[in-house]
Amino acid sequence: MSSLSRDDVANLARLARIEMSDEELVNLSTEFTVILEAVARVQEVAGADVEPTSHPLPLRNVFRPDVVTPSLTPEEALSGAPASEDNRFRVPQILGEEA
Amino acid sequence: MIHKSAAEMATALASGEINSVQLVQAHFDRIASVEKQVHAFLHLDTEGALAQAARIDAKRAKGEKLSPLAGVPLALKDVMTQKGIPTTCGSKILEGWRPPYDSTVVANLKKNDIVILGKTNMDEFAMGSSTENSAYGPTHNPWDLTRIPGGSGGGSAAALAAFEAPLAIGTDTGGSIRQPAAVTGTVGVKPTYGGVSRYGLVAFSSSLDQAGPCARTVLDAALLHEAIAGHDPRDATSINAPVPPVVQAAKSGDVKGMKIGVVRQLNGDGYQAGVRSRFEESLELLAKAGAQIVEVSCPNFEYALAAYYLIAPSECSSNLARFDAMRYGIRVGDGDGASAESVMNLTRAVGFGREVKRRIILGTYALSSGYYDAYYGSAQKVRTLITQDFINAFTKADVLVSPTCPTTAFKIGEKANDPLAMYLNDIATIPVNMAGIGGMSLPCGLAPEDGLPVGFQIMAPAMQDQRMYCVGASLEGALLSKWGAPLLSKAPALGGAK
Repeated sequence: MSSLSRDDVANLARLARIEMSDEELVNLSTEFTVILEAVARVQEVAGADVEPTSHPLPLRNVFRPDVVTPSLTPEEALSGAPASEDNRFRVPQILGEEA
Repeated sequence: MIHKSAAEMATALASGEINSVQLVQAHFDRIASVEKQVHAFLHLDTEGALAQAARIDAKRAKGEKLSPLAGVPLALKDVMTQKGIPTTCGSKILEGWRPPYDSTVVANLKKNDIVILGKTNMDEFAMGSSTENSAYGPTHNPWDLTRIPGGSGGGSAAALAAFEAPLAIGTDTGGSIRQPAAVTGTVGVKPTYGGVSRYGLVAFSSSLDQAGPCARTVLDAALLHEAIAGHDPRDATSINAPVPPVVQAAKSGDVKGMKIGVVRQLNGDGYQAGVRSRFEESLELLAKAGAQIVEVSCPNFEYALAAYYLIAPSECSSNLARFDAMRYGIRVGDGDGASAESVMNLTRAVGFGREVKRRIILGTYALSSGYYDAYYGSAQKVRTLITQDFINAFTKADVLVSPTCPTTAFKIGEKANDPLAMYLNDIATIPVNMAGIGGMSLPCGLAPEDGLPVGFQIMAPAMQDQRMYCVGASLEGALLSKWGAPLLSKAPALGGAK
């Protein structure tokens, strides 16, 4: 149960958008057997009667007044972009041509 | 002057004994002579820092009222944005990125006229306990250059221990401020979650990440804490309440009548003998100073590490999705009709290191449908149990204490291929992050068997940060009387000249 095959890791890598070599996939699959066994211990004490905690602060929505404040200029916002054009981020093709 | 505390430097600046340009230059000179050995910094802003120092000197000459640390230099962990200054998070994926804005921590430093010397090395995206996961090479522990300086904030801690800066900023998700402090013989504080703004802190695990002060003395840490803390409308999780009076507490150091709880689960088996003996000795000193030592039990702490290595990777897999090669950072494989998806896949393959990939994949798995309840869901329940353990323990004690880490600094490379052994370094620091409370590490001596620094951890309830400064100052004072000189004076000399 607590193990991941090479193909399982390949599927996760695809979901996480990380290209991985066969060697990386095999190594991770081996490591995960050990890591998952260690982390699965949480199940020993996580009974149905225990409420989950997602965050240390009991916050709900936090609002601020809807007032316009200074923000980045388009030049500043684009300053780190790998590519830009006409004040916009230029990105590679998103939709397949024949799709 | 570089061997003095930040508070002493501030006094010397105020009296005119030295000016900020001279003080900053002295630190750059020191950096030039030891950085080849230590490699604490990823970027130095020599020109910017000296210009800022000159402006502060001019303000002082005009008789302007300045903040307590005005003119004192600082090293900034490379996970915090500083406008126009390279910010890499120790990752190749952000190589060359110059953020267009200041983090709130940096804005507060500038407001307080604290001079930023440069950016310090770290494990990539703060994932690690040794700084070996930096894409730009490891940092070396000034106590023994063949050993790790802790992590993820090894650069900040090593800069302090090597006298390259008297103050530094760190961030702590599972111990990344406290563990480096422990293994380098310096002081590091993880404030209450929400005590210091996370705006401009590149996110790793948002429900755990917390920025805080690093220094060589408890008072210096307190002065820096007050300079950077406080409510920030730009961080919805920042606490809208007055900053705890940490400087006052660090100056008082009065522990008479305080109850100090020793956590039974964070001691004993698995802790190095010299770590335990220094810890016990510190308890005796605190008892002599008038504190009452009690034992407390936190039975669920033994599950903290497992829960952490589900929660942090889960949040990281989501947070690091933003590194998609579209808006900042490097882009690999563009052109020739390559799709956005293939560009993302290739960029992330080249841009992320091994540990970051490992955690993203682990997090992706823990959050995937069919496994969510068993892993992430169960980890969140453990988080509730740990918080409950703290609540119970704090009914019996004002603060809790433990060794900061199970061992002293290990050798570079020793645990690099064993992720689980590496994760065990954080066994005593992680519970604090899970509950969102405050934690401090201060040096409590050298382990007799290896002559390396040992850290003493103090934990306080949320927004009671002053309690750890009070206990820390008391212990620091008692140890100083015993040693006759600060622990760092026993560190080996660095630099070409010896």
